[in-house]
Amino acid sequence: MKENLIQFGKNLVTTEEFLAEGHTFCTGCGEALALRLACKALGRNVIISNATGCTEVCTSPLPVTSWRVPWIHTLFENTAATVSGIEAGLKILMKKGKTPEKDIKCVAVAGDGGTTDIGIQALSGAFERNHDFLYLCFDNEAYMNTGIQRSSATPYGASTTTAPAGKLSIGQTTWKKNLPEIAAAHNIPYAATASPSYPFDLMNKVKKGADVKGPAYVHIFSPCPTGWRHATDLAIEIGRLAVETGIFPLYEVENGRYKLNVDRPKLKPVKEYLRTQGRFRHLLDEEIIRIQEHVDEEYAKLKAKITCFAS
Amino acid sequence: MSERIGLEASHAAAEAVKMADVDVIAAYPITPQTHIPERLAEMVADGELNAAYVPVESEHSAMSTCVGAAAVGARTFTATAGPGLEYMHNVLYIASAMRLPVVMTVANRALSAPLSIWGDHSDAMSVRDTGWIQVFCQNSQEAFDMTLWAFRVGEDPGVLLPVMVHFDGFHLTHVTEPVILPGQEEVDKFLPKFRYPFALDPDKPMTLGAFAPPDIYSEAKVAQEVAIRKSKAVVIQGFREFGEIFGRYYYPVEPYKTEGAKTLLLTMGSFSETAKTVIDTKKDRGESVGLINLRLWRPFPFEELRQAVKGAETLIIFDRCISFGGPGGPVSSEIRSALYGEKEGPEVLSFIGGLGGRDMSAKDFEYVIDRGCEIAQKGSAELFETVGIRGEVTGIRG
Repeated sequence: MKENLIQFGKNLVTTEEFLAEGHTFCTGCGEALALRLACKALGRNVIISNATGCTEVCTSPLPVTSWRVPWIHTLFENTAATVSGIEAGLKILMKKGKTPEKDIKCVAVAGDGGTTDIGIQALSGAFERNHDFLYLCFDNEAYMNTGIQRSSATPYGASTTTAPAGKLSIGQTTWKKNLPEIAAAHNIPYAATASPSYPFDLMNKVKKGADVKGPAYVHIFSPCPTGWRHATDLAIEIGRLAVETGIFPLYEVENGRYKLNVDRPKLKPVKEYLRTQGRFRHLLDEEIIRIQEHVDEEYAKLKAKITCFAS
Repeated sequence: MSERIGLEASHAAAEAVKMADVDVIAAYPITPQTHIPERLAEMVADGELNAAYVPVESEHSAMSTCVGAAAVGARTFTATAGPGLEYMHNVLYIASAMRLPVVMTVANRALSAPLSIWGDHSDAMSVRDTGWIQVFCQNSQEAFDMTLWAFRVGEDPGVLLPVMVHFDGFHLTHVTEPVILPGQEEVDKFLPKFRYPFALDPDKPMTLGAFAPPDIYSEAKVAQEVAIRKSKAVVIQGFREFGEIFGRYYYPVEPYKTEGAKTLLLTMGSFSETAKTVIDTKKDRGESVGLINLRLWRPFPFEELRQAVKGAETLIIFDRCISFGGPGGPVSSEIRSALYGEKEGPEVLSFIGGLGGRDMSAKDFEYVIDRGCEIAQKGSAELFETVGIRGEVTGIRG
């Protein structure tokens, strides 16, 4: 029987922690929570390749570590290539009998900068070569570790330190790069979006992605109180609003088949989401209308794909 | 059973990789390295070599994939050249600092711009300080021998460092020469099975590549420096063991007819063989000359070099790379520094040529030696001189 975490989640989630206490993530960090849940879903038989970024810096200051599973960090831009080597290495060593046969999940962890900007070439290459690995992108929509600089995953209208709102600028003037769709366009067996505000859905997807043969991609919405300028007790609520407004829909693409995981009959207005965060505070109504139109359009496109390519 | 056959240097290196029973090859094609990965891909496709061939999308990913594979305990190989080596530069430091014994062939190539697919040592010199053990080859036989040797030394439990085997693009990579291939049983005798002591394993969770705050970074880097310096003993032991099994002996610094010679020429790589013929001719004429082939580039063989130049009056260094705005060829400044403070050490002269595939004939080396002797007598205000380069400026003042 296939495990279904959504239905039986409460009984199936392990109480074991693979990401130890004592890490240095900011108070109220959505990414830390999502990472903890992802690790629970992955379990013990895993090797994690981590790109430079918040996760790496907050969990591995020599001489201590938060990791209770094997973990490697090399550089910022190459985590998909490093995990390619881990996967290819394990596979051939097992085939040659140099390492005992075992189902070890190869998992890459990176932020949105490491994924949508500097790491996209390595990621695309690893997808195309069909390595058996899971890539987790923790998207907090800017270079938070270096101090809130814009990335190509920063949403339109957000103020960051390198695309600040000013007299002549609304901040970010481009629409967020759609990495889940770019991943799905590689025709990999599994691509999905997830959010720590929907913990069982997140764990279910991480597990699915790890179990599937071939490349899998899960794009995880990661509210960042420090960079988004919201209260530290709001990460979960903001994550829910992102889904309920259609800004960050939860869906999965399994072998080309689309499925919407949280389908609401009526979306909330984007304004409800935008007003929770200081990074959007400067936006005038006309910009909010523009964002609403864009979200409506993108959501309609996604719905059309779901109708067209239903699972 | 060994056999003597005609082999291109690139294919000789590929044969060594096969006989080393490598586990993972990750490579990206770049001229003039291509014949190496092509041959390896063919071996894997035909089942001659049981390895994973990962056709990565860039050199940056080639080295990153090697790093990942080595971290789970796989014997790992890649090859690149010139701009490809530059593109993976960042990852070279990772392999050495994380003590992952990747072996890499560098088919030495010039750096753009202007684009040149042909050979020189600009690529090798730019990765001098990346923490890799580095050797240069003179011919196809050495391309085979040094590749095999590289696995033996890099994987030694007392070393655990990556090794770069340099051989000249086109001048060597595309040259077919007689090569003695040993039997598999001899290779197995020389090269033990790879057992990486720090392999990533869920049964023994380990954190690899943690970040270092200022109170740890310095200690980590000095430990790395101690490790590569210490590796020289194993480098030499590896040469000796290689000689005992295969009958070909190599040394960090290889003098050729230097006994009693007043003037010495120092070269690296395939040009050393051309220079040897010039030394032979000049010796026959009764000139007091000799040659030094510098094989080991890192860790630098200070003591061996000092011994080799003892008694010489002039040491002419031939570089295939310019250190722009610097003190001359990179090898010459290295050697000046190595000999600084030596009582009765030779005067060191710097010559630069053979850039971007420009051939250096025997005549050119004759000129270098003659001109060197002339400078030794009359003196010169130039920091270095160029060889065979058109235009008025042949020397550069400091």
